[in-house]
Amino acid sequence: MSTDPSDHRLAVVGGGVMGTNIAALAIGHGVPVVLVDVSEELLAQAEETIAFKLRHAQLMGRLPADRTPAKLLTSLSTADTADATTVIEAVTEIADTKAEVIGEVSRIVRPGTLLISNTSCIPIDELASAAARAEELVGVHFMNPAYMITMVEVIRGPRTSDATMTAVNHLLETLGRTGLVVNDAPGFVINQLLHPLINSAARLVQDGVAPVEVVDGLLEGCLGHATGPLRTADLIGLDNLVDSLNVLYERTGDTACRPCDHLLDLVDAGKFGRKTGEGFYDYRKLAS
Amino acid sequence: MTDRTTETTPLTAEAVESALTGYLTEKIKTGIKADDDIFASGLVSSMFAMQLVVHLESTYDLAIIGPELKLDNFRTARAMAALVLRLTEDGVAADA
Ligand SMILES: NC(=O)c1ccc[n+]([C@@H]2O[C@H](COP(=O)([O-])OP(=O)(O)OC[C@H]3O[C@@H](n4cnc5c(N)ncnc54)[C@H](O)[C@@H]3O)[C@@H](O)[C@H]2O)c1
Repeated sequence: MSTDPSDHRLAVVGGGVMGTNIAALAIGHGVPVVLVDVSEELLAQAEETIAFKLRHAQLMGRLPADRTPAKLLTSLSTADTADATTVIEAVTEIADTKAEVIGEVSRIVRPGTLLISNTSCIPIDELASAAARAEELVGVHFMNPAYMITMVEVIRGPRTSDATMTAVNHLLETLGRTGLVVNDAPGFVINQLLHPLINSAARLVQDGVAPVEVVDGLLEGCLGHATGPLRTADLIGLDNLVDSLNVLYERTGDTACRPCDHLLDLVDAGKFGRKTGEGFYDYRKLAS
Repeated sequence: MTDRTTETTPLTAEAVESALTGYLTEKIKTGIKADDDIFASGLVSSMFAMQLVVHLESTYDLAIIGPELKLDNFRTARAMAALVLRLTEDGVAADA
């Protein structure tokens, strides 16, 4: 692979928050995308979201001016990943679901195809065991929104090969991203730090120590965080956050990672954050 | 005879500006003047910029595309009013 966008064909499996982010990033950088999800309805919604995110990226000046946006195709079948040079899985943060998708896709694509997991917390080596060729899997933790934040966390599993690391560097350069490489662990660096912080912030609200705006206001105003932990949680999606915290808690036993009741209650009430219009904040009324 | 005056009243920069400062003040819950840069002041995130794009497109029946889709056009109520006037024919909304 090279850093010429015309040498890349990306398949993205999972068209939720992150799949649409990554697809918009790639298309905007001239890399064509096949997006796979499980229903026509989800694919139609994802297509609309990607168009919206592409406009957002353009509005914010985050797309290279010299590249024509590439094509987006959608599909219900992982068989359509066969021709890709890279497959990125961005399905739900459930280890069994990811293992199934990685196992299936790795048997469809040609050997030598770059295989990326966008998992938040599941160790790469655990997922690599499901792949036909463990050495071809690498973790790339794209940030949300992927087209706005240029830095990504790259997770090299113990079995990830040098050739895979070279290929991922080429892809990231093509997409205008910079990666910092870390070793494998549950939650890697970012989410082993961020997720317990968010959970603790939610617990402070639950215990009545401070309301949502005050918790975020203190971390933004005093510690210089660009976005407070609870607003960040709403951006991530509280359903995904709970899944990720469960992954961390099951693998580390750290009680700071056991999702607090307030977080679970919001998810039970269908308040997933921005994607449903309400989470810790109500986005239907406020500028956000 | 139907009175069509309201439909054909040309948009003026002042009218659009004042509608937009009202909209921003309501959304941001802070008094906003026509030339306040809402992004520089950290009052809103970049996500809100797209909310503004959609608001202008639906309110004034516009399509904001190509080189006009840039943040500088949305920094202040004044810049947005100028954009609306540029994109509406002779200062009259496209559906009038
Ligand atoms: N949300 C974030 O901010 C964020 C940031 C970085 C990484 N991640 C990680 O990215 C991944 C996706 O998260 P998300 O927030 O986009 O979740 P999401 O719930 O918004 O989207 C997941 C998508 O995967 C699809 N899916 C599930 N099983 C599938 C299958 N077998 N085949 C095809 N599609 C399938 C679902 O239909 C859904 O559209 C997770 O691993 C998450 O932890 C999320």
